[in-house]
Amino acid sequence: MTSTLNRPAATSTRHHGGGRAEHRSSLLAPLAKLPYWVGTSALAIIFLYPLIWTGVSSFAPRAGTSQTDGWGFGNYATLANYQAGIGQYLANSAFVSLLTVALTLIISTLGGYAFARFSFLGKNVLFLLTLGILMVPYATVLIPLYVLLSRVGLQNSLVGVALVLTMFQLPFSIYMMRISFESIPPELDEAAKVDGCNTFTALTRVLLPAVKPGLITVGLFAFLTAWNDFFAPLILINDSNRMTLPLAVSNLRGQVQGVVDYGATEAGVVVLALPCVLLFLILQRHYVTGFMSGAFKG
Amino acid sequence: MTTTAPNRTDASKPGPPLRVAVGKRKRRPGGQRGWLYAAPLAIFVIALFIVPLLLVGQMSLSDWPLLAGNRGINAPENFVDAFQNRFFLDALVFTLKYTVIATVLLLSLGLGLALIVQESSRWKNFLRTAFLVPSALGLASASLLFYVLYSPIAGPFADLTQALGFTFLGTADSALWSTVFLIVWRFAGFYMLLMMVGLQGIPGDVYEAARMDGASRWQTFRSITLPLLKPTIGLTTVLCITGSILAFEQFYILTKGGPDNSTITLVQLIYSIAFQGQNNLGVAAALSIIVLVVLVLINIVQIRVIRTDKEN
Repeated sequence: MTSTLNRPAATSTRHHGGGRAEHRSSLLAPLAKLPYWVGTSALAIIFLYPLIWTGVSSFAPRAGTSQTDGWGFGNYATLANYQAGIGQYLANSAFVSLLTVALTLIISTLGGYAFARFSFLGKNVLFLLTLGILMVPYATVLIPLYVLLSRVGLQNSLVGVALVLTMFQLPFSIYMMRISFESIPPELDEAAKVDGCNTFTALTRVLLPAVKPGLITVGLFAFLTAWNDFFAPLILINDSNRMTLPLAVSNLRGQVQGVVDYGATEAGVVVLALPCVLLFLILQRHYVTGFMSGAFKG
Repeated sequence: MTTTAPNRTDASKPGPPLRVAVGKRKRRPGGQRGWLYAAPLAIFVIALFIVPLLLVGQMSLSDWPLLAGNRGINAPENFVDAFQNRFFLDALVFTLKYTVIATVLLLSLGLGLALIVQESSRWKNFLRTAFLVPSALGLASASLLFYVLYSPIAGPFADLTQALGFTFLGTADSALWSTVFLIVWRFAGFYMLLMMVGLQGIPGDVYEAARMDGASRWQTFRSITLPLLKPTIGLTTVLCITGSILAFEQFYILTKGGPDNSTITLVQLIYSIAFQGQNNLGVAAALSIIVLVVLVLINIVQIRVIRTDKEN
């Protein structure tokens, strides 16, 4: 009651800031801020609750799961022994993710360097085509890729999935690396050349350290996308031993007729989400500032 | 082609090197070396993007069962079949409805959250992190998470919903809104980040001037923040509409298109025609070309709107 009564007075002081009013606001400020604290806390809870609940209840006892009495790792044990075993799916996902990151980094470093430092025939066409990948629906490209990859013997192959995921990463990565290279003063290359570098050694010895923030952003995005991607493996992988983790956890739900093992699903979500959340928290400062200074301010 | 436009309109300065490069068409000494560095990119773009695009065009005109492969021309029939598919119209309407809801909610919430956490303080940094953490999850993981959360058996609201006789995914409307909530939860932080980038581009002295003129908060928001944020709003709208029209995972995992086929999106329809039951890649290719055309048209219109706004 008091807070609603006092709020108008306090907000008006913020705008006009007269001497007497300022004195009053210092007394009433904590109360006036109450709706703000309650509102923002509620928002934070809404965003964090689903994550925390899933983490906690993956260990909690519940009938119908593998963890029926007391707290423990029952759900994770079920997950570990699901079909080919979670180890296999983790390895598959790790392989696809690392290969995608490596390919994306190599291609976007070389490509970004080419766009930023050289002019060549068809440069703008190539850049526009690369950005054009953004415009085309996943499904439109994946249906023919399903046919094409089996023609070259890459059906059901994790390498094929990594190649496709790399292609989808290219618009963002090339754009990002082009900007990163363009933001380095050309004098740096020239100095390197005076010291006897050719264009390639100038890139590897002098420019690469300078574009490191861009490389981290591109690598992180490629990893998160590849680790989490669902659609490409869903279409390209049929063999259950070669499924990636998201596909395996999704399929795990429908195993027993009509009965879903919610506990194992929660455990699967935790295994899927944990590396991403940790990576995000560790690299958050970089991720946020990289975003805010790099890609969109050009 | 058109994708460069949002990038250019969004950036406050359109990056001089881009402009300079347009003028130079002649080969320069570095030309061959430039191609050498761009070659891996060119190979990827041609082999994994251009060739598939050409092939999907051919497939859309051919009788092409999943297992049998190409069986000759089937020219307009694939497109006729795609339009006449009994779920086509429903999927189109549902996808557009979902797109409008998701875009309006995500953009307004993104902007709202950005305004809340704009300045830096301990509490605001914490809030920013809280809003952004869901964006680290994959869409499939987030959908699986909410699949359990919404479950009438294992979810935390199971008892409550049972008492009220309500289920999150039970009716067409509740399934749509439950999915929208998942999407907002997953993406609001991302759009907040994009909005923050835009807000940072507004010079502080404009606000200062408004404050000196005695403008209220609402006036400042309406006549300064919103107009100056237009390029950002344009870019985020393009992103959000494109993403929503191509919605797949959230519905595939959460609702499987149900209840009563009420939540089938266009991409889900393509997937089921291609790989579930019908196994008809020809019709799926035709439908995916239709989606591509719809998407390109919508984006062209949006970019036109953004451009004319800019000129005025």
